Amino acid sequence: MIRVQTDDFEIGKEIEALRKDRKGIGAIVTFTGTVRDGDGTISAMTLEHYPGMTEKELAGIEEQAHARWPLQASLIVHRVGTLRPGDNIVLVVTASAHREAAFEAASFLMDYLKTSAPFWKRESGPSGDNWVEAKQQDDAAAERWRDR
Amino acid sequence: MTRLLYFAWVKEKTGIASEDVAVPEEIATVAELVTWLKTRGPEFENAFEQDAAIRVAIDQTHARHDAKIIGAQEIAFFPPVTGG
Repeated sequence: MIRVQTDDFEIGKEIEALRKDRKGIGAIVTFTGTVRDGDGTISAMTLEHYPGMTEKELAGIEEQAHARWPLQASLIVHRVGTLRPGDNIVLVVTASAHREAAFEAASFLMDYLKTSAPFWKRESGPSGDNWVEAKQQDDAAAERWRDR
Repeated sequence: MTRLLYFAWVKEKTGIASEDVAVPEEIATVAELVTWLKTRGPEFENAFEQDAAIRVAIDQTHARHDAKIIGAQEIAFFPPVTGG
């Protein structure tokens, strides 16, 4: 399941909903991405996206994960709009019978999301606004799944 | 008509989020379209100056600069994605 929303999410509630009536689940992995402000210079982060394509990309990535690993369920929630330092940005939950599939699928989902889902971050600070630049290591992280 | 969409700093530089454009028939690929867009004024010349850095989606699917655009309804231009 995928969702793009401006509202925050509650991890506990999301896990509860995902587990409901799925008795085959033996392992649940969650990843939460939050707004980082290591230097104390960011007042806000605004996330823009491409409505329509975003949902299509996320659904495609999720489908690939289900094709590669025996998952019982999965969830991707990504926020858009204006966020503050410490706010939640993204949640990935994967559930499987055994831990390995859930760990690997969660990692795969994040690696692919970061390099293919059409979101863009803009940081606001004392010197104005800046678009966050894509990182080479994110491409490398997604690339490692291709050979496996 | 083809709908063109611009996101993030590409949008800021062109000054528009979307437009419907009659793309000349002889333009066959994304790269040719970018070259043509650059002739549409200083905003576009500036937005597409570093054209290799710009990513493209045709009908909401990632595409390369050598991809054919014939029949496309929606073509989007944007920087490398930075979500997650």
